[in-house]
Amino acid sequence: MNNRLYGNLIFELSKPGRKGYSLPKNRYGNYDIPAAMQRQEAAQLPECDEPTVVRHYTNLSTNNFGVDNGFYPLGSCTMKYNPKINEEMAALPQFANLHPLQPAHTTRGAQAVSTLLKKSLCELTGLADFTLKPFAGAHGELTGLMVIRGYHQSRGDEARTKVIVPDSAHGTNPASAAVCGLEILEVKSTADGLVSLPDLQELIAQHGPSIAAMMMTNPNTLGLFERDIPAIAKMIHDCGGLMYYDGANLNPLLGACRPGDMGFDVMHINLHKTFSTPHGGGGPGSGPVGVRKGLEPFLPYVSPYTSGNFAVVMRAYSYILSLGREHIKEVGPLATLNANYIKECLKDVYELPIDGLCKHEFVFDGLKDKSTGVTTMDVAKRLLDYGYHAPTIYFPLLFHESLMIEPTENESKDTIDSFISVMRQIAEEAKTNPDLVKSAPHNTPIGRVDDVQAAKHPITTYQQMIADKS
Amino acid sequence: MNYKFFPHTQDDLQAMMEKVGVQNLDDLFAEVPDAVRFHGEYQLPEQMSELEVRQLFEQLGAQNQQLVCFGGAGVYDHYMPAVIPNLLSRSEYLTSYTPYQAEISQGTLHYIFEYQSMMAELTGMDISNASMYDGTTAAAEAVMMAVAAGKKQNTVLISETIDPKTLKVIQTYAHFHGIQLEMIQQEDGITSLTHLQSLLSQHKGSVAGVLVQQPNYYGIVEDYTGFADAVHEEKGLFMMDCIAADLAVLKTPGEWGADIAVGDGQSLGIPMQFGGPYVGYMCCTEKLIRKMPGRIVGMTSDNRGQRAFVLTLQAREQHIRRQKATSNICSNQSLMALFVTIYMSLMGKEGLREAAQLSYAGAHYLCDRLLASGHFTLVYQQPFFNEFVVRYDGDLDALLQKLEANGIFGGVKIADDQLMIAVTEKRTKEEIDKLISLL
Repeated sequence: MNNRLYGNLIFELSKPGRKGYSLPKNRYGNYDIPAAMQRQEAAQLPECDEPTVVRHYTNLSTNNFGVDNGFYPLGSCTMKYNPKINEEMAALPQFANLHPLQPAHTTRGAQAVSTLLKKSLCELTGLADFTLKPFAGAHGELTGLMVIRGYHQSRGDEARTKVIVPDSAHGTNPASAAVCGLEILEVKSTADGLVSLPDLQELIAQHGPSIAAMMMTNPNTLGLFERDIPAIAKMIHDCGGLMYYDGANLNPLLGACRPGDMGFDVMHINLHKTFSTPHGGGGPGSGPVGVRKGLEPFLPYVSPYTSGNFAVVMRAYSYILSLGREHIKEVGPLATLNANYIKECLKDVYELPIDGLCKHEFVFDGLKDKSTGVTTMDVAKRLLDYGYHAPTIYFPLLFHESLMIEPTENESKDTIDSFISVMRQIAEEAKTNPDLVKSAPHNTPIGRVDDVQAAKHPITTYQQMIADKS
Repeated sequence: MNYKFFPHTQDDLQAMMEKVGVQNLDDLFAEVPDAVRFHGEYQLPEQMSELEVRQLFEQLGAQNQQLVCFGGAGVYDHYMPAVIPNLLSRSEYLTSYTPYQAEISQGTLHYIFEYQSMMAELTGMDISNASMYDGTTAAAEAVMMAVAAGKKQNTVLISETIDPKTLKVIQTYAHFHGIQLEMIQQEDGITSLTHLQSLLSQHKGSVAGVLVQQPNYYGIVEDYTGFADAVHEEKGLFMMDCIAADLAVLKTPGEWGADIAVGDGQSLGIPMQFGGPYVGYMCCTEKLIRKMPGRIVGMTSDNRGQRAFVLTLQAREQHIRRQKATSNICSNQSLMALFVTIYMSLMGKEGLREAAQLSYAGAHYLCDRLLASGHFTLVYQQPFFNEFVVRYDGDLDALLQKLEANGIFGGVKIADDQLMIAVTEKRTKEEIDKLISLL
């Protein structure tokens, strides 16, 4: 690609006197901003003409890899296809130009979209109500835990400050609990990769009256369905706690199960995963929170406007309408089939620590043949050379060489077969030419980066970069 | 299974199921207890063709009223240059994930580095993170950051002139995080330094930080002389919540001696879109870099000796710290950060100032006309930027209805007789004159 030719910072393309904007003339007369209000020196923003700006950001984009470029089997991230119609609907001026504080009767259409989406989410999850306020999955987790804590506090049950989290949980679970002022109790996984009931029993015996909730994702981060969920939910409910469902892994359940039916009381959904809204390089997302009947009053004020990231809400509803009741139920089974097929086709060369049916994703513990010294990191980097995004690596923390693969329902057998043959090829290269794999990637705009240098001597702005040079 | 987003043919399905060892797709869920299996039909609409989807949204869109916007209160109707939606729709940006694999994510990492540089310039601070959800949650994160940075200090003082919506979000976070909040009183629309000083001595040793807003909720440009010194004397952090675009002209948080600057970047051309997505920003002094929540991109080099960008200082982040984390943020608002980066690249040093000057002039022109009508008075006798609060001597609801009937959203009503009005560079003189003619 073109890192060498077009790798400049926009600041390095700036020349005094260039401009990339046009504004109407000031026809208001003499209203000058008083000098006393003003900053002493103008912000040193770039001065560029419009073509330069367009060329810069167009070329930069070609150093990126998105779902539209190719297969993106990033586990737990559900990198599904982002339908183009959703983008157009979200940008419709009849919605995009609405001020959130306009009188309610002037925004009826927008409110209808939010209400319809909430209704759909209730139907798909078996919960009673949703708030669209949370801006992301992690924000949703925090919101959901606030609901739970608020519920306990309302009953004068101030002692319930502990949250049980499986050792395989997403890193955000314990972090969200901590931010919500809750303490973590970690429950261990069995050799089968599922929540250990004896261990859970012991935690409950020890901490029962102080347990606020248990947070789970099901299927869990190993892609395994927690089949004891009815028993787990009962144990937690019996000790007075609530069940929280981390919706990061909701995709395989479309058409198969509903969190509400599994005994969960509160959950969040990542619209940017299950409901196909684009990840945008890390955001904006949307993390609606659903609650069982009776918990609605505890939904907290975590952002100002009732529709949250409304343009994301628009996309998600457009997706639901496109699929309809007929096809939305096919999402889970197809995603699950794709994952199991990859697993079965590769488990002879990659270490599969827990055999059996997985759901939308599964985890290898690196290459089967560990003698070559080729690590999961190396495999991931070599995949980039072949035009694939890498799977999620070194998560979950249960294994040393975790390689977590999630194909989604949108990938064809052809794409998957090519991926499988490349994965096998890499396993072969690890034996015949390990250095080739260890020094990968070779075909990308840049090679492996020096993370240590970046952290030891942080340069995070252009200004620091200039100061550092001189 | 025959559907436009699903590539599986019958033969594919058959071959794959065979490999997996199942007879049908239902068998893939064999381990799921029947009690929790969903066997019914979802009560959802039937699938729609793309044309039908479009028609439905257009019908719903027609139920919204397109109004000329004089509302603000934290969300402003600025102009979005045509370049931005065009570039933002590039799939390479739109459909990528967080830039974990630096080798194929230089596009994202590169623009975030530019974004951080621009935000640091705009706020006059040393550094910036890679962006946050929005301004209100950024402020709440700043409050938690101040407490985490403090030595057992658990109280944060907040000015009464802050946007009440921001305050409510902070109150939610503070309640669950166990942070004590105290309000600094206002006098005629500005934060009382005297009251701040008395609160600081009253809560001696326990104040982690002080948060004020600029321009404040009422659009007033406050004079924060002496604030940073007073706060620093008590070993607290001085935090400012500022409307991003206005900082192109106004004295910066850096100049006021702030330790943390936060706010919303929506004013940098982002459409109002009924509440979001926008973009929050957070900047701070270099000293606080390891306390700052959120993603940070740093410069480094690759093994070919090229300049490269990478997510850095991740040891601060939730996925490493887990329950020791002081923030649970694990993403940024990347695409919106790209939005404002392109906006600032186009507008540059002069354009942002010129737009701010236009907004300022338009607001003052409108204010003068309103006062001249004899029906309005300024609620606060203070300097304002592009937003101001007036008192109306008639029936305010009737007036707003009349404006609305003529296609105008006249402003945000903040009391029975008080209207808060904002003007941006997007409002034309004709629109303002029309509003005046309807009084």
